[in-house]
This record gives sequence, structure tokens and C-alpha cells, in this order.
Amino acid sequence: MSDMTCSIAGVHFKNPIVMASGTFGFGREYGSLYDINRLGGICGKGLTLNPKEGNSGFRVYETPSGMLNSVGLENPGVTAFLREECEYWAGLNLARIANLGGNTLEDYVEGARLIEEDALLRKTSGKQAVDMIELNISCPNVKAGGLAYGIKTEIAREVVRKIRQATTLPLMIKLSPNAEDIVQMALMCQEEGADAVSLVNTFSAMKIDIHKRRSVFDNLYAGLSGPAIKPIALRMVHQVSKAVTIPVVGMGGIQSAEDILEYIMAGAAVVQVGTHNFVNLRAGADLIDELQILMEREKIESLDEIRGIV
Amino acid sequence: MAEVIANVEVAPNIFRLKAAGAFSGRMGQFYMVRAWDRYPLLSRPLSIFDLNESGIEFLYQVTGEGTRLLSALRPGDELQLEGPFGNGFPEVQAGARIALVGGGIGIAPLHYALRNYRGSDVYLGFSQNPYLTENFEAATTGKVLVNVGGIVLEQVDFHAYDTIISCGPEPMLKAVQRKKLETKSEADVYVSLENRMACGIGACLVCSVKCLDKRRKACADGPVFLAEEVVFE
Repeated sequence: MSDMTCSIAGVHFKNPIVMASGTFGFGREYGSLYDINRLGGICGKGLTLNPKEGNSGFRVYETPSGMLNSVGLENPGVTAFLREECEYWAGLNLARIANLGGNTLEDYVEGARLIEEDALLRKTSGKQAVDMIELNISCPNVKAGGLAYGIKTEIAREVVRKIRQATTLPLMIKLSPNAEDIVQMALMCQEEGADAVSLVNTFSAMKIDIHKRRSVFDNLYAGLSGPAIKPIALRMVHQVSKAVTIPVVGMGGIQSAEDILEYIMAGAAVVQVGTHNFVNLRAGADLIDELQILMEREKIESLDEIRGIV
Repeated sequence: MAEVIANVEVAPNIFRLKAAGAFSGRMGQFYMVRAWDRYPLLSRPLSIFDLNESGIEFLYQVTGEGTRLLSALRPGDELQLEGPFGNGFPEVQAGARIALVGGGIGIAPLHYALRNYRGSDVYLGFSQNPYLTENFEAATTGKVLVNVGGIVLEQVDFHAYDTIISCGPEPMLKAVQRKKLETKSEADVYVSLENRMACGIGACLVCSVKCLDKRRKACADGPVFLAEEVVFE
């Protein structure tokens, strides 16, 4: 059996397959379809301090080899997450990553503080539920905050710094492909004490209804994901992993074990699978099996052998 | 994987698809259906038109790439089905007076509902080319009213029923909600929504529905809601 394990900031991953935020709920839904404890990890639905309704109108539109979404971070809020989901998470045996978004700096910090407080409490009682925070500074579907933080390195710096001060949990920053300079952004995260960066979030994109002569989305733009973005995301993961010394988590359009190996060879520590969860509801289990077979066929004994080899 | 047994165009762009196999599902529930490998990315949510020991049937309208690919299926082709998903139509007390109100392709789940609601009155509205009305006539002991080009809802007396269940285009469902409120009908009035979905199981929040108290998921909390609960945007 090839070794698929990996570790980021002391958090153990059985395999490099982590489910991306926004595509996996908090795990329960898929947990009724297959044993999600087989996965390397999950990133929960993006949380904001207060509950968020999300965007009106169409929230999804398919494109050639991709998908536009405009969900707009609909979520129950940090407090409801801690109250309603953490018991379930505490019973899971995989890396559990809470994804945190925000509109204002104060919201981000307060959200992180609440997660930290809960984590410390649970750690003492031996029922830890969150192993890591993924900080989302890159959602293109939220007008205030969101994308603005994800584009300008110096604006993002303050958020990362303040969150780093607010939590002792391992901290991963999710980067936007819309950043002015994604390498500079990643280096900044490293300087400010982030434990890892994950990339990329969706690309800001658009679809027009020519009959109605307007965007199909009430929010005008939406986020493009799926195999259409894979070559660009892969290039960004490669560039960033050559520039930083902290682990890089790669994502964008992964649909197969071959795609996973590409990301690992580009330098990714682990990968996240998002849109493909909708194509195949059992994608997680299938990818684990396919990757094991592919590694053996390619005579790869461990992922460390090939990580960043390109 | 299921094998396609039949895929027949019953009216322009309206297809009736049957797949063999042992399937389960309550009335008003749906399956995520695909007959392609990876593109288009998403499966298509289709409600159950009929279900028996020999297989499952769907009725769908060709509106885009996914349904166009479905329409090209021939007997012997393979179909991928995930489900059943959703809450489905409510159980009602024996002897309840029930009206099923369908508009266009929204008639699909009402047909399967008649297996449970055999005495229902059925109101079917079509903008043009009615289809499969004879199947509804055969499936109920109640009356079947068909309206083409008009507003079928005008023919439904909201005081004559204990339960009214509707499925059709959003303007029709809005009108059902309005009529329930305006007539102060005591009937339990339900709408079955047809929202865009990505996962079908409640994880992606693409099909989110604004309701009076909070947002709910059309796939997992619906697609059937009490008419007065829904806030049409």
C-alpha cells in the first residue's frame, strides 16, 4: 500500500483528499452516503460571525467544463455552528477545518475568537471538534469585505495578523485567484504567521442572459469553479509553492486521481475537492480508491517522493 | 446504473423516460439523473412520474444541454440515478377532499401522487399541446379538468377541498399562494418548487428558498412546502 498520509502544522491527514468549503455542508449530508471518515479532511461551509442569508436569484449556472455559483455565503453563523455541528464533528475521525469569512475586520476577529474559545474548552474535555481554521479572504460573491480583502495584499495583511493573534489553532489562509499578485499574497500570509495557504477560490466571472439583457445573477458576477479553472489554478499552486516554505493546499477542478498527482507534483501538500462533489456524490470515496491504485501503478511509495517535483 | 427501456416524445420537447430496476420513492420525491460522464457537470433533478416493480418513470421538458442529452437516450442505454431525495407530498387522512393542480411539466409528480390520492380531482393547465391527460383520467376516480392557454387556477374552488397540492411554473405557484390567502381557504395548500440544484442532498445551498421564518433547502427541506411559508422573490 502506498503511503498517502500528510501532516500540516501537526494536523494529520490520512490521505491528501480534503473536501472544499461550500461543497460539503458540514459533512452530514455526504455522511449518509459513504463513510466520510475515510477522507483526509473536510472544510466546513463558510461561516460568518452572524447568520447570513446569501444572495437572491439564480445561485448556479453551468458553463463549459465549469460552474458559476452565487450562493453568497449563506450560513448559520459561528455561534450556531459551534452549538449545532461541533458535537457531530467531535465524533469524526478526520481533519476538521472550520472555514471563516467576514465582512469587517471586527467580524473576522470575533468569529475566530469564538472558535478558539470553543476549541480550548473542548480540548480540555477531550472532545475537540475543530483542528484548523481556514480563513476565507477571497469569496467573490460577497460585496463588502470578501473579495476586497482577497485582492490587495496590504489590506489582507491586517486581517491575517489580527486573526493570527486571535487564535492558537493552526491557521490556513484561502487565497483568491483574483489577487493582484497571488505570490506576494502568500508570502505575506507566511510572514504573518499563517501555517498554510490554500488556493484557489473561485474566479470572479459572469454570464449574461441576452433575452433579458442582464446578468443571470442578481449579484452581477459569480464565482467560476470546476475543471475549466484547473490549468490556471495548477499554475498558481506551482508558483506559490516555489515561493513559500509553509504547506500549500491546492484546489481547482480536481476530478480524478491524475489531477491530484498533478497538484502534488506542482507542490501541494494536500488537495481540496469541491465542484466534483456535485458531479459524483461519492467522489471522496472513489478518489481515495483511485489514488491508491494510481500510486501503486506509478510505483509511488509515498506522496513525499513526488511533492513539488516539477 | 439503470437501463433505459423507453424514452418517448409525448409532445414537442416533452419526453417520458422509463428505466428498469428496483427503485423506491414516495410521491413528490425526486432523483438526480444523469446519462453522461462529466459534462455537463451537474445532474438534473427529476421528480418521479411513476414507479412500480418493473422500474421508474420520469417526465421532462428539454430546456438545456442536460435534458437534450437525456432526450437522445435509446432503449438499452445507461442512466445514472441517485435518490430518492426530498420530503415529498404529505400524507392525508382517509376521505380528505384533494385537488392536484399542475401547470405544464409540473404535472409530472402529480401523476405518481394519484397512486395514493386515488379520489383526487385533477386540474391540468397547459400553454399549448396538452399531454398525457388520459393517464391522469385513468389514475383517478375524481374529475380531471384540462385547460389550454388559460388559467387553470380559476377553475379550482379553494373551499371545496381539504388539501390542495400544486406544481408548475413559479407564476402559477405564486397565484396559488395568493388565492389561498385571498379566499381565506381552510385547505392545507402545498406548492412543489422546481429550483436549480447542484448537489440535491442539502450541502451546496444553491436551491435555497426564502421562507417566512428562515431560508430552507428546496432539495432536502422541500421541494414541497406549505404555500403560505414561501416568500417568492
